[in-house]
Amino acid sequence: MNQKPGNKPLAFDEMLAAENLPREPYKTYHEWYTSQDAAHLIRKTQDAENIFRKTGITFAVYGHADSSEKLIPFDIIPRIISAREWRKLAQGIEQRVLALNAFLDDIYHKQEIIKAGRIPRALIEKNVTFLPEMIGFKPPGGVYTHIVGTDIVRTGEDQFFVLEDNARTPSGVSYMLENRETMMQMFPELFTLNKVQRVEDYPRLLRQSLATCAPPGCKGRPRVAVLTPGIYNSAYYEHSFLADQMGVELVEGSDLRVIDGRVKMRTTKGYEAIDVLYRRVDDDFLDPMTFRADSALGIPGIMDVYRAGNITIANAPGTGICDDKAIYSYMPEIVEFYTGRKAILENVPTWRCSEPDSLKYVLEHIEELVIKEVHGSGGYGMLVGPTATKKERADFAEKLASKPDNYIAQPTLALSTVPIFVNKGIAPRHVDLRPYVLVSDKVKIIPGGLTRVALKQGSLVVNSSQGGGTKDTWVLED
Amino acid sequence: MLGRTANGLYWMFRYIERAENIARLVDAGLRVSLTRAGSSDQDWHGVLESAGVREAYSEVHPELTSADAIDYLLRDTSNPSSVLSCIDSGRNNARMVRTALTRETWEATNEAWIDLKARLARKLKPADMPELIDVIKHRCGLIRGAFHGSMLRNDLYNFSRIGTFIERADNTSRILDVKYYVLLPAVSQVGSTLDNMQWESILRSVSAHRSYGWVYDGDYQSANIADFLILKVQMPRSLAYCYEKIVSNLDYLAETYGERLQAHETAAAIRTMLKRGSIADVMDHGLHEFLEDFVSRNNQLSAEITTGYRFYQ
Repeated sequence: MNQKPGNKPLAFDEMLAAENLPREPYKTYHEWYTSQDAAHLIRKTQDAENIFRKTGITFAVYGHADSSEKLIPFDIIPRIISAREWRKLAQGIEQRVLALNAFLDDIYHKQEIIKAGRIPRALIEKNVTFLPEMIGFKPPGGVYTHIVGTDIVRTGEDQFFVLEDNARTPSGVSYMLENRETMMQMFPELFTLNKVQRVEDYPRLLRQSLATCAPPGCKGRPRVAVLTPGIYNSAYYEHSFLADQMGVELVEGSDLRVIDGRVKMRTTKGYEAIDVLYRRVDDDFLDPMTFRADSALGIPGIMDVYRAGNITIANAPGTGICDDKAIYSYMPEIVEFYTGRKAILENVPTWRCSEPDSLKYVLEHIEELVIKEVHGSGGYGMLVGPTATKKERADFAEKLASKPDNYIAQPTLALSTVPIFVNKGIAPRHVDLRPYVLVSDKVKIIPGGLTRVALKQGSLVVNSSQGGGTKDTWVLED
Repeated sequence: MLGRTANGLYWMFRYIERAENIARLVDAGLRVSLTRAGSSDQDWHGVLESAGVREAYSEVHPELTSADAIDYLLRDTSNPSSVLSCIDSGRNNARMVRTALTRETWEATNEAWIDLKARLARKLKPADMPELIDVIKHRCGLIRGAFHGSMLRNDLYNFSRIGTFIERADNTSRILDVKYYVLLPAVSQVGSTLDNMQWESILRSVSAHRSYGWVYDGDYQSANIADFLILKVQMPRSLAYCYEKIVSNLDYLAETYGERLQAHETAAAIRTMLKRGSIADVMDHGLHEFLEDFVSRNNQLSAEITTGYRFYQ
């Protein structure tokens, strides 16, 4: 029981409809699980941890001395999605991602959505993530968001909501791949019992997708590279993993230089041109000549090369505006405006604190709501009303009142749970899902994605920086 | 390949090589203090000198004690050449060039780091020393083995090897230079117990006290020891052997890249000097002068490789 009686109803348990009564997608797994010896599974959990540690699948936590490398806890019970459930999700995600690209193209060109009065001009043009440098420029292939992570939560049998869009530099895909790899190593028999859709193609598809978006002038096989801020970045493991799996160079800003109108990397044989840069650094740091002058991570002049059409930057600069949580609140309108249809996937109801009525409501109901910064990510700078202390709520209310534009609020959803394996057996924990989407001349969605799980009983915060773990995510074949 | 990747591999393997050499030096130092009646903490003077950290040591520790010296050499992170620092820097470089390493090589490096970091986290007890030294050598050996068994023989491999041998040549020449006076025929009382012990300690620092016997029929003689460590191309830690390897690794790069650089000339000249020289000439010229000159040429070569292959911006 993860809720006190008298409180809100119990969360939807994705595995069990009742004790010992597994839901359809989990039937085969559940049967296998009940036949397993607990001691054996405990040993497997330790094996998994050793695999991750040995491989160095770690992430850095900012603001912690001497804990520069941590493992993300991995839970051995998979999260299973039926083919039917997935089809609906995939359709909804594809629609949303296409709308996002159309939206970006529009706000950097004709701005029809503003002219139509569907979204306030100030929200776009005064937004710090809106890049005036992108106005009137069309990225190669017309693609803005080559890689998208759409965070999805579930509250019931058929209730799926999009919690946020990650169109800037979504991370975590390496965990999706390593989780599958680890599960297949530890429990090969499970993959003969269940028909699980493959995720292993992701690096190949990513490379293909990036190459397809190479600048039109590129001759021969496009040269792709991954740009990382370096080994001290929290997601460095993922950067090196993806470069390695794609078979492309992993570069840092100091390796690159603009020469003769091209971005070139310093090799042992001299400077060689790059056609597509999958960058894992933020817009601000990309080009010290255009953006932050103090950036040591970027490449001076790369934006000029970009605007001259001689390199593809993925994702395009200026896509971060889609991650803005105030923009998020307009997503139902955005989807409808560009696709002409109602959004297949619902948004979580959102109060924009910039609007006086909403602000008043939020301040009066702070103990029921989750309040987030519009530019926040990683679970930082947010308040979970129901679990916060009185003082935390009071402090947050003060911040909120002094800078309302900076916040949105959402109801505390009863996120669905999937059991995790604990020493005494299984126990339900809240989860979310981040599917990964590749956009080139077509949209490809990898079946499944990364399931993040809040390991603390009752907790709704799944971020790895805040004590979350991950699970392998299965989408079954029909 | 990226210049930065070449740099990362080069330094990764220099640090791994250095970690192993420091462990060997400590081993030899421990041996001396065990075998010598009335041994003193002053024995560690030479060990610190060979490791190139004597001055830095005295800035941290006003007195010389064996416990402090061992601690400084193995686990003090303020000492960039301590085993712990070397393993840490080696592994950091490995992370940086991870896409260039095979999974086996990366994992051996990462596991060495996990293991040694844990073992060197606490103050060391004298009773643990033999096992600890073994583990360090063992871990370095595993990295080397994984590297040899799994890496493609391409430019990545050759840059890594060059790092190993530049570092090794530097270490061997330093060890000899610190003890050069022991090897001078004029001062040494040939065959005395003291000399034997000192000589054996030199050989032990390069893991060659057994192989020496096979090559020179047993007896320790100063000229033979110098010959073995400088000119004997069969001896894997000799300067001559290191330069055979460096020249062949550099030749590979010249052939693949279609370009010969200043570094190739420098390396070839050093190799010729080692190949044609005799130990009598070296001793006549002055062993200390010879080694001093060698260390500086070795450093010069390293700098030429660094710029020639664009390691840095």
